[in-house]
Amino acid sequence: MSKGLPEARTDAAMSELVPEPRPKPAVPMKPVSINSNLLGYIGIDTIIEQMRKKTMKTGFDFNIMVVGQSGLGKSTLVNTLFKSQVSRKASSWNREEKIPKTVEIKAIGHVIEEGGVKMKLTVIDTPGFGDQINNENCWEPIEKYINEQYEKFLKEEVNIARKKRIPDTRVHCCLYFISPTGHSLRPLDLEFMKHLSKVVNIIPVIAKADTMTLEEKSEFKQRVRKELEVNGIEFYPQKEFDEDLEDKTENDKIRQESMPFAVVGSDKEYQVNGKRVLGRKTPWGIIEVENLNHCEFALLRDFVIRTHLQDLKEVTHNIHYETYRAKRLNDNGGLPPNKKLCTSLKRSGEGFILKCWEQVSHRQLVLTSDPSTNWGCKSSSRTGG
Amino acid sequence: MWKMKGLKDKEYVGFAALPNQLHRKSVKKGFDFTLMVAGESGLGKSTLINSLFLTNLYEDRQVPDASARTTQTLTIERRGVEIEEGGIKVKLTLVDTPGFGDSVDCSDCWLPVVRFIEEQFEQYLRDESGLNRKNIQDSRVHCCLYFISPFGRGLRPLDVAFLRAVHEKVNVIPVIGKADALMPRETQVLKQKIRDQLKEEEINIYQFPECDSDEDEEFKRQNEEMKGSIPFAVVGSCEVVRDGGTRPVRGRRYSWGTVEVENPHHCDFLNLRRMLVQTHLQDLKEVTHDLLYEGYRARCLQSLARPGARDRASRSKLSRQSATEIPLPMLPLADTEKLIREKDEELRRMQEMLEKMQAQMQQSQAQGEQSDSL
Repeated sequence: MSKGLPEARTDAAMSELVPEPRPKPAVPMKPVSINSNLLGYIGIDTIIEQMRKKTMKTGFDFNIMVVGQSGLGKSTLVNTLFKSQVSRKASSWNREEKIPKTVEIKAIGHVIEEGGVKMKLTVIDTPGFGDQINNENCWEPIEKYINEQYEKFLKEEVNIARKKRIPDTRVHCCLYFISPTGHSLRPLDLEFMKHLSKVVNIIPVIAKADTMTLEEKSEFKQRVRKELEVNGIEFYPQKEFDEDLEDKTENDKIRQESMPFAVVGSDKEYQVNGKRVLGRKTPWGIIEVENLNHCEFALLRDFVIRTHLQDLKEVTHNIHYETYRAKRLNDNGGLPPNKKLCTSLKRSGEGFILKCWEQVSHRQLVLTSDPSTNWGCKSSSRTGG
Repeated sequence: MWKMKGLKDKEYVGFAALPNQLHRKSVKKGFDFTLMVAGESGLGKSTLINSLFLTNLYEDRQVPDASARTTQTLTIERRGVEIEEGGIKVKLTLVDTPGFGDSVDCSDCWLPVVRFIEEQFEQYLRDESGLNRKNIQDSRVHCCLYFISPFGRGLRPLDVAFLRAVHEKVNVIPVIGKADALMPRETQVLKQKIRDQLKEEEINIYQFPECDSDEDEEFKRQNEEMKGSIPFAVVGSCEVVRDGGTRPVRGRRYSWGTVEVENPHHCDFLNLRRMLVQTHLQDLKEVTHDLLYEGYRARCLQSLARPGARDRASRSKLSRQSATEIPLPMLPLADTEKLIREKDEELRRMQEMLEKMQAQMQQSQAQGEQSDSL
């Protein structure tokens, strides 16, 4: 998986389905080796700069969902992460609203800009989760919402006249807030993560971590990690999607030492040592949100935004979305969700596109029966007859 | 010996020494106190109890992990400890409710707790009506400390359901656990929200009594302040933190400072300890006996005599039947039945008289109309 843009990826994937013969390149390609001696500077490394310019022009979407019991500081944390009031009414503690009887899904979009790059950020809140006396299946509305977004994207993708940029409402990242009990996970936490780690990237965080001392924190984290492992819950970054050794070592360190991140959020600033910092002021001290000695908010922020933002989107597109798509196509007997589309294609004489779908259905056996298909080599499994 | 001012020796009777005698008797007898702690797991209940009574009651405790808790139902555990201080022995029984609020579906998870409380009442009722009443063991629950989460925005639906089920059967003292999660302003807002919710849901928590009128102003002010800080926002710790220059204190050490458990500016631990242990231990027992137990007894006996007679309970506060009332078992009490039957007869007679009077009134009204129309 190259770290390319998801839009570019889709185009590439679709073009591979068209079995027209490629024109022979005018200059025969030299076999590429790492120590190739180029006779001069070609300039292909400027592709990075070109991609960057494109991204800045088009901007990108990022959809983050927050799940957890009410009062765990979800909205405050998201506001702190993106340094703006992106989550509804987080600043007022006195929220008069009642706890909803069923889980609601509320998506709010904002456009944030930084360094010329525009991001359309959507924060999806899930009020009512885990707040009732009987919380059986309270994750179902959430699972339904996530699958609906995949369905929306699939429908767009399958259209004849597709938009240049399919609006991406799929949930790229789900922050799950664990209550800092200091003991272990709650049964509801396990249930939710078991059901949803297969459809979305889950990043567990320990909320309101300022109630735990250093020893309690590390003990709790160890216990949580062990419980997640014992129950077979793969949170992001998932082990099976590490591409190379570099990724693996980096992610291993995060998985085994830092996660779940113990965070504290705040939208208030206080003066500490002459600087203005985001924090919480108590009679026994000021907790600084961005101080690594106090909590791991900075680690979470760097992880989600500064290093793994693009990867979150890619894993969502290439793995979770593809899993959904494969399942849908399989259920439909190899046809795209829109049957009318198929028959109209036949009539319009664009039979070769239909032939592609037939090929795809032929390949369903390969795709669905082999769960360990290496998605990175998707191109090789689809070309050819 | 006490001497009354102004009375000469021969006028001195000596009953002013009665309190001393009572005191000596009760010291000899010792005190029984049963305290229940309830609330979701992870709110610092055990730590607080250990801090309050300076013992380690939970040494052998194993906290089960999430997968085990999925199938666990609520259990009631009793731990006993004898504490002696200043020559006074207190036999403290702690009732714990592990598993409360843990499962995904917590419907009716408070029923075992209610049943337990009523079983203690039932036991006492049986003992009281029995033949040998010298050594009645009082295992009734005198006080329930209910822990509210500092992470929520007030009482959760489960909290409300539990409190409504037990508030007329036991003295409830609401407590906010792990209060070091909150900034001072957040604590105030949360406390007010909880007080409002308690009023809205008509939950009767234990009312600390007013202090006597002859106490001095300072004491009265302190008392008012303590009452105003309910629900108590507490932090518990049994670890002593020794920071360089300052004296050792019991507290929790964080990277940004140390929370001192016994510092009134940090939390209400001292208030809770003072009110629960130092001043109101006896009152809690009395209220349990005089009000809550008597209410249970009245309900129980009435339901014995006639199932429909339940609605005629006379005590105003205790006449509301909670929705989770468990059918009470039959107790063999022959003479009380007779008493109830007599009382019923009286009520029936009074009802008949009332009906007669009503009929008379209607007649006189009808006569009046007749005379008008004529």
